[in-house]
Parts: sequence; structure tokens; C-alpha cells
Amino acid sequence: MFVEGQGEHLAPLIWMRRFMGQYIVRRLLQSIIVIFGVTLLSFLTLHLAGDPTYFYVSERASEEEINETRIKLGFDKPLPVQYLNFLGNLARGDLGMSIRSRKPAIELVMERLPATLELTFFAMLISIVVAIPIGIIAATRRGTAADGGIMLMAMFGQSMPSFWLGIMLIIFVGLQLKWLPISGHVAVIQPFMDGNIAEGFGNIPDAIRFLIMPGVTIGLFSLSRNARLVRSSMLEVLSQDYVVTARSKGLRERVIIMRHAFRNALIPIVTMLGLEFGFLLSGVVVTETVFSWPGVGRLVTNAITQRDIPVVQASVVVFAVLFIIINLLVDIIYAQLDPRIRLR
Amino acid sequence: MATATPSLAPVVQLKPPEPSVLKRAVRSLLKAKWPILALFILGAVVFMALFAAQIVPKDPNRQNLVERLFEPLHRDESGQIQYFLGTDGLGRDLWSRIIYGAQVSLAVGVMAVAVGGIMGTTLGIVAGYRGGWVDDFIMRLADIQLAFPFILLAIMVLVVLGPGVWNLVPVLGIGQWVTYARIARGQTISQREKEYVEAARSMGAGDLRVMLRAILPNVIAPLIVIASFNVASAILAEASLSFLGLGVPPTVPTWGGILNESRDQILAGKWWPAFFPGLAIMLTVLSLNILGDWLRDFLDPRLRGK
Repeated sequence: MFVEGQGEHLAPLIWMRRFMGQYIVRRLLQSIIVIFGVTLLSFLTLHLAGDPTYFYVSERASEEEINETRIKLGFDKPLPVQYLNFLGNLARGDLGMSIRSRKPAIELVMERLPATLELTFFAMLISIVVAIPIGIIAATRRGTAADGGIMLMAMFGQSMPSFWLGIMLIIFVGLQLKWLPISGHVAVIQPFMDGNIAEGFGNIPDAIRFLIMPGVTIGLFSLSRNARLVRSSMLEVLSQDYVVTARSKGLRERVIIMRHAFRNALIPIVTMLGLEFGFLLSGVVVTETVFSWPGVGRLVTNAITQRDIPVVQASVVVFAVLFIIINLLVDIIYAQLDPRIRLR
Repeated sequence: MATATPSLAPVVQLKPPEPSVLKRAVRSLLKAKWPILALFILGAVVFMALFAAQIVPKDPNRQNLVERLFEPLHRDESGQIQYFLGTDGLGRDLWSRIIYGAQVSLAVGVMAVAVGGIMGTTLGIVAGYRGGWVDDFIMRLADIQLAFPFILLAIMVLVVLGPGVWNLVPVLGIGQWVTYARIARGQTISQREKEYVEAARSMGAGDLRVMLRAILPNVIAPLIVIASFNVASAILAEASLSFLGLGVPPTVPTWGGILNESRDQILAGKWWPAFFPGLAIMLTVLSLNILGDWLRDFLDPRLRGK
């Protein structure tokens, strides 16, 4: 492909570009297939129990009303036709009307999405920022009481039902010690979206007080897993040749850990980031209920008790699409950083 | 069966004999402190579940509004402990409800793992053994499922089908098959060209027989480790779904369900109706996780002796 002696030094660069492009196209295609699969699944789910018309009419509806609704919503047509209609509506952002509030379901979800994202990102922040130092401490003091204590705590953290932790925090930290508010929410993302930058920043300190307990509730499981992950990858890295070399050069232990070991130990954490987000997102559903957080999770729980199917469906689809997009972004950024990934 | 097909048995036994697996397991368990404790807790929970009807001090569903929200270790006039863990908002004995709750939590956890494990192992071995488009198809399905949080789909399915053990178990099981399938597939691929598989095939064993009798026993160890962790995560998932009112109908006491019912008492600062069922979940899940860790270290020869 290259004329001998000319531009040969560019070969690796061009090669990389070509593979990067291929990688992105491949991941995009994968994501489209997955979004397709998710919509198909959530469409079919609705039909699992038979005729879905009954979810859309009141219990006292007459036979006539039921038939009318069935025709209006298109449930009388063959399934493939219905699915195509569903996809067409989805493309226009229409996931049906909420049965309870008579508003478009997607609108209800979008209204509450900022609050949920605030909580999810905060939980993610806690789970990473706390996990890294304690994981390093455990790894560098392997076998000591500190290591044992941290690992035992991590074991507990991975075994607690998150909503139970939330309830315990409310009772003991919120109600008895009165350190933190047990419910309430100060918006941060919404003011930014409305263009009130100053208000958005101003709200952050207040918002954090409300975020701590629900954030810890959602994030503790991931925090524990990440701490274990950091510890084990640090232990692996610390026994590598380049760390031995660094040590024999007489570098200080702090430099060895931060410069040489830590950066490489981070790789498994970064790999997990996308999946982590999805995991936290699903923890949001129960936790928002416990803390009366005005997000999508609480919307879903309420919709479940009211059997407001369009709202449940819209939330599931929005969560899934959001999760897929974020994973795609994480993967692409990650592949930029680490060439080994895209060549696999 | 052995007399009808004597051909295969010796082939499988050609591996170096490992008579001391059980002995080594016991020795390794005794050396480690935590797994012993975990085994003890788990044994107690299983005992509670099996003999719930014999050991409960009170009827778990008997309501008594006069005796509602009694504190733990409540004593009657004669000074005898009447309610070990107190009573809930309807005056039901919390300790008896938690004992009965062990039944559903354990049963759902184990059954979900059985469903997911059998499904995933089968699909994984078939994918790895067959290769080609079968492999591609099964693995793409797995990719789709891994690509978004399964609990969302579980919520959707259970809202449409309604709560209940027989809806919950398949849903949780299907949520887990991918892990088994991926590992079973990888192991199968590494085993399928080995001499013993070749030998079995040349002796006329069909595909099904090769997969079941030759490959399965050699790929199962890591799957057992996954299963022990997955019982734990199925128990947690059941608790979450019951907490959302999507698990088991409220007439059956489950740990997640008891927690859900305790929500009304939280703001009044009554901690015990929420504390104890959660503690039961945590101790059970913790024990399963500790045992899973131990099992993994024990079965993974690379870690052995470290």
C-alpha cells in the first residue's frame, strides 16, 4: 500500500485510524441491533398476558368501550404490523399516553430524568472516589488489619440489599442523629438546562446534602466491588517487572504507587464504567422510592402500583437507550485511550 | 446403563484419580475461618426454611392489633420473653415471619439458579461444541441481554404477568443464563479438541452423549462457583422485586415483602420491622458470597497454595 521508502513512517498512524473507524462503526451497528432487541422485547412483554387493551381501560369499561379502545390503539391488527407502528411511534418519541395523568408517557419520564441522572452520577462519583484510595491502602498493606478490615467491609457492602441500607440510614442518620435530610431534592441539572448557570452552581452545596444518603445507598455495592477490584489489580501490577525496576532504581514508594502502579491498576475500573452506570441506574428504582426522590425510579414504582403500563414501558425504553448510548461513548473513549481494546 | 455402554466409562476415568477432593475441601475449610462461619449461618437458614412449621413460636399470619409494634425482647407480665424480635405494624410476630421468609427466599434463589444454570450451561455447551451460526446466534442473544440492565425487563414482565413465585423464578433465571453460557462455551471450546472427547467420539458416542457425558463433567467446576454467587444475587433481586410489590403475594411472608410492609413504620422511627428481615438477607447473602469466594479459590488451581 505504501511506496517503499515514502510515508512509511505514517503507516502505524493510518492503520490506527482505519481500525478506529471500523471499531466505531462496528460498535454503532451493535448498539442499533441492541436497541432494536430492547424495543422488540418491551413490545412483546406487553402482549405476554394476552390482549393488552385491558391495561388501557378502566375495570368497569363496557364491551363497546373495550372494542373502541382496541381499535383506537391498533391492538386489533396483526402483531408484526403493531410492532412496526410501535417503532414508528417510538421514532417520533411517542410511547403512548399515561393512563392516570393523560399526559404523554415520554414527557413524564423526561421531566424526571434530570433528578435521576443527578443521583446516578453522584452515586458513581462516590463509588469511584472512595473505592480507589481504600483499594490502594488495602493492596499496599496486604495482610494487615487495615487490609482485612477494608475487605470485610467490602464483603458486607456487597451483601446488603441497597434499599435496606437506605431505610437504616433514614432511621439512624436521618431521624435519630438528624444529620442529614431524609427526603427532598434540590435541582442542579434543570437550572443548567434552563440556562441559569449561576443558579445551577449555587444549588450544588445544598443539593449535596440531599444527595449523600440516597447516593451512598445506591453506590455502596459498586464502591465495595470497585475497592476489591482496585486492590486485586494493584496487587497484580505491584508484582510486575516495571514496578520491580522502578523500585530498584530507588524511587520513593509513593512515586512507584502513584506513577507506575496506580495508572495501570485503573484499567479494570475504567472497563467497568459503562456497565457500572447501568447497574446504578437499576438501583435507582428502589432507592428513589425509599427517599421519595422525584426521579424516574419513583415514577416507575408509582406506575407499577397503578398498573400504568405506558409509563413503565416508556421508562424502561428510556433507561435502556440511555444505558446503550453511555456504554457506546465509554467504549469509544476507552478504545481511543487503549489501542489494545479495538484490535481484539 | 453401565452394562449397556461400558465403552465410555473408562475413558472418563482416564484422568488422574482425585480421591482426596472431599478431604482437601474439608482441610481447606478448616484452615479458613470465615467459610466455616458462613457454612454455619447458611446451615441455620436452611434449617429454618426446612423446619419452619415446627420451630415457629407463633402463627406468622396471626394479626393482633392490640400488640402491634412491640419492641424486640418484649416481655409479658410474668417476665417471659413473648416476642423475640418484636411485632410488626399488624401485631404479627416478626421472628416467626422471618423464619417462614427463609423458605421463599432460599427456594426462589435456588430455583432461579437452577433455571438459569441449566439453560445457560446447555446453550453454552451447544454453542461451543457446534460453533458456526449456532454459536453466533446464541452469543448475539447474550450480547443483547448484557447490553442493558435486566432488572428493568424483569419489572416490565412482572407488571404485565403479575407477581407470584412462578413468574418470578423464570424471570430471575433468564436474567442469569448469560454468565453460565459464556463460561460453558469458553470451557467447551478448550475441551472439545482434547483426546478424551476424540476417543469418545471414535467409539461411536453421539453428539448429545459426548456433550453430556464427556464435556459437561469437565466444564462444570467454574459453573458451580458462579452458581453460588448467583444464588446470592437472586436472593437480593427477589428482595428488591418483593420490595416493589412485584415479588410474591403479601400473604406469603418473604424477607423482601416484610421489609416492604415495614415502610409505614419507618418515619415513626420503629426500626425493628425493617432491620431484622434486612439483616437476614444480608447474613444469608454474605455467607453465600464468602463460600463462593472460598470455592473459587479452592477450585481454581492457579490460586491453590497461595
